Amino acid sequence: MADLSYNFAGIKSPNPFWLASAPPTDKEYNVVRAFEAGWGGVVWKTLGEDPPVVNVSSRYGAVQLNGQRMMGFSNIELITDRPLDVNLEEIARVKKNWPDRAVVVSLMVPCEEEPWKRILRKVEDTGADGVELNFGCPHGMSERGMGSAVGQVPEYVEMVTRWCKEHSDMPVIVKLTPNITDIRTAARAAVKGGADAVSLINTINSIVTVDLDQMAPTPVVDGKGAHAGYCGPAVKPIALNMVAEIARDPECQNIPVSGIGGIANWRDGAEFMALGCGSVQVCTAAMHYGFRIVDDMITGLSNWMDEKGYRTIDDFRSMAVPNVANWNELNMNYDIKARINQDSCIKCGICHIACEDTSHQAITAGRVNGARHYEVVDKECVGCNLCMLACPVDDCITMERVDKGKPYMNWNEDPRNPFSTAAE
Amino acid sequence: MSDIAAGRLSGEELAENFSDIHPPLDAMSAHIEASRCYFCYDAPCMEACPTGIDIPNFIRKISTDNVRGSAIDILEENIMGGACARVCPTEVLCEGACVRTAQEGKPVTIGALQRFATDWLMEKGEQPFARAAATGKRVAIIGAGPAGLSAAHRLSQLGHDCEVFEALPKSGGLNEYGIADYKVVDNFAQKEVDFILGLGGITVNHGKKLGQELALGTIRNDFDAVFIGSGLGGVQALALEGESIDGVFNAVDYIANLRQTADKATLPIGRRVVIIGGGSTAIDIAVKSKRLGAEDVTIVYRRGAEAMSATDVEQKFAQTNGVKIKHWMQPVGIVSDNGAVSAVEFEYTKQGPDGKLIGSGEKTTLEADMLFKAIGQIFVPDPVFGTAAQLELKNGKIAVDDSYATSLEGVYAGGDCIDGNVGLTVAAVQDGKKAALAINDYLAKK
Repeated sequence: MADLSYNFAGIKSPNPFWLASAPPTDKEYNVVRAFEAGWGGVVWKTLGEDPPVVNVSSRYGAVQLNGQRMMGFSNIELITDRPLDVNLEEIARVKKNWPDRAVVVSLMVPCEEEPWKRILRKVEDTGADGVELNFGCPHGMSERGMGSAVGQVPEYVEMVTRWCKEHSDMPVIVKLTPNITDIRTAARAAVKGGADAVSLINTINSIVTVDLDQMAPTPVVDGKGAHAGYCGPAVKPIALNMVAEIARDPECQNIPVSGIGGIANWRDGAEFMALGCGSVQVCTAAMHYGFRIVDDMITGLSNWMDEKGYRTIDDFRSMAVPNVANWNELNMNYDIKARINQDSCIKCGICHIACEDTSHQAITAGRVNGARHYEVVDKECVGCNLCMLACPVDDCITMERVDKGKPYMNWNEDPRNPFSTAAE
Repeated sequence: MSDIAAGRLSGEELAENFSDIHPPLDAMSAHIEASRCYFCYDAPCMEACPTGIDIPNFIRKISTDNVRGSAIDILEENIMGGACARVCPTEVLCEGACVRTAQEGKPVTIGALQRFATDWLMEKGEQPFARAAATGKRVAIIGAGPAGLSAAHRLSQLGHDCEVFEALPKSGGLNEYGIADYKVVDNFAQKEVDFILGLGGITVNHGKKLGQELALGTIRNDFDAVFIGSGLGGVQALALEGESIDGVFNAVDYIANLRQTADKATLPIGRRVVIIGGGSTAIDIAVKSKRLGAEDVTIVYRRGAEAMSATDVEQKFAQTNGVKIKHWMQPVGIVSDNGAVSAVEFEYTKQGPDGKLIGSGEKTTLEADMLFKAIGQIFVPDPVFGTAAQLELKNGKIAVDDSYATSLEGVYAGGDCIDGNVGLTVAAVQDGKKAALAINDYLAKK
């Protein structure tokens, strides 16, 4: 049996699956239900200074795709709208009753040293395992000079991180906003400020849909809508890339990363871990299906690790990082061609029309004894994968390597590159 | 004593038994089902549809809430898209060809989606088609069934005035008089007729039968062109002694009467019913007998299950309804008691070395209070010949060329009455549509 326990920047949890700072972790009642379901940890929904914020009615929006609900999800909810003391009291009780679980507290106060100092002391008193600095929230709080308004300015990130390290012994996780040009800039600032870890991504600025009757973005609040924070399965690719950027950046110095963004099952989690994450945080999937999805996450990851012979998370963590390369490091001599398995082909013709209309005219459509027949034209096929990706039948179209024996040659070495450094 | 009685079941049971067997999809189910369509290129379903509806496109439009666009795509190719969605044997047409059938044995339910779209439009009460400028040409249409109405609708769209002559009191043909009640509930056939006639330019005259109230020669003189879609007028006989005794019925006549009877409790049905035949009509009368309260219903077919013209799905539907299907038996005698049928004598059959059916000499008897003949309908040429003009026949039906032209100039034909027609509503609609286009060309040249 694989050992799923993990020590993330000094924060221990029995498994790497945490609930992200969000509505599911806003109060004791929910968090206890999550722990009963098996979650390894929670990041308590962001605390701020009293008086608490006030939220609007109509808070979430979603992208539905082909009948699948909440492929993308958005919110305009602010930080916790409950009094600070109530939250702190509940945090202390939960940590006492669930000592083996990770209880991290998300924080957001104005960008001044005193408020940070004040709130850190209070959190420390609860016995919480660490804090996460919310530098990511893109709506509502950012207009008040908090959240992503801080996260978008590397100097502020570094400064606030440093305050937190000075005024607390707790591990400090800096949560990064994706609403910037280069995620590494903010991550490097966190490292410079002394952060113990970073977590990413927070939500992305978005308008998920426009209500064409009300002529307003959703979620609609009495005829108007504000840009909302986007998350859910649709953002996972963006999150994976940003995680990988940090994982392979020397200046980020292998800082521990907690992965966030569209994680809904064990495989999603494993992918984030393969790119360096030591824990992963979940919100949308739990808000969609409830807490019991963690059962699949735990058993699925464990079964997969057993199958692969990995005993601990660190056995495979970061294994994909060395294979994340820059484009000019890719092998120009690598050559693949599409292969259609005629026995499993169901004759939908999608491979043909996709290639014919939009790519390389490399799949012919014909009839053999009256039956539809689709065939790859090798000399036109550039090995782009489009047909394989569009084909509705698993493994019907595969890509076969055809560059027998050619050596590795990247673009810098390629004689076709006008700036090639290859020896003449 | 033969046991034939009405009112075997309560009104409630009968209402349940004759309600919609495939209730319509709601919007959410339609969306989910539409999302299963792969939007194939050169889609096999389209090729399998006799009317050539662009199926992937109409399904895509359902998935994007463009239901009006979807319905118009369907109705442009098949003005009876609503009826066909209900009655087509989709398992051997579009859904049989659906690539998901090959992939997972579970096709996209194209028929149900087609019904969703066409019902949506018809419930809006909108007439989505318009007539072209009047041509001043007049076309006579014989028969207000699927072929005739399809031809009339297309001709009217093209600007020609159509006069339809129908022998029966209602329009719709077999949609009104033949299709099982539980496939076309809520008077759908008449609603569809109203929808078609809503285009304008089409007048229907009832009680006008060719060869009786009408003469082809006169009609040819009075109109610029003629379309015959008169269907099949007769039924095959068993050629057995006693075929006309009490308790022996033609399935099609019984079904027509049943369709026109509002109170099903007034319909007499036997306790033990035997049906001879292997097509849709045999299935229909068997299931209806059962649903009227018959105790034992048996279909007897002279060959094996695979040779039945009823599809697999139809056969299973009958069996699920408690109908027994016996194969490899042919009727050789009708046993009577006091002038009414009491049993049917059968001989077991087998396939001879040349593929021909031969009797084995072994016999058996099935007790029956009612015997239904459902061994096929035939074209009755006599009425059409009630004129000096001679319509050429082929295989006992009207011979037409590729453009649905008969041997008489300006006379076209389609639907069940022409040679080569497969006997489906959808095929009749296609015949009517294509014949209308041919007539339009003919009138342009005339």
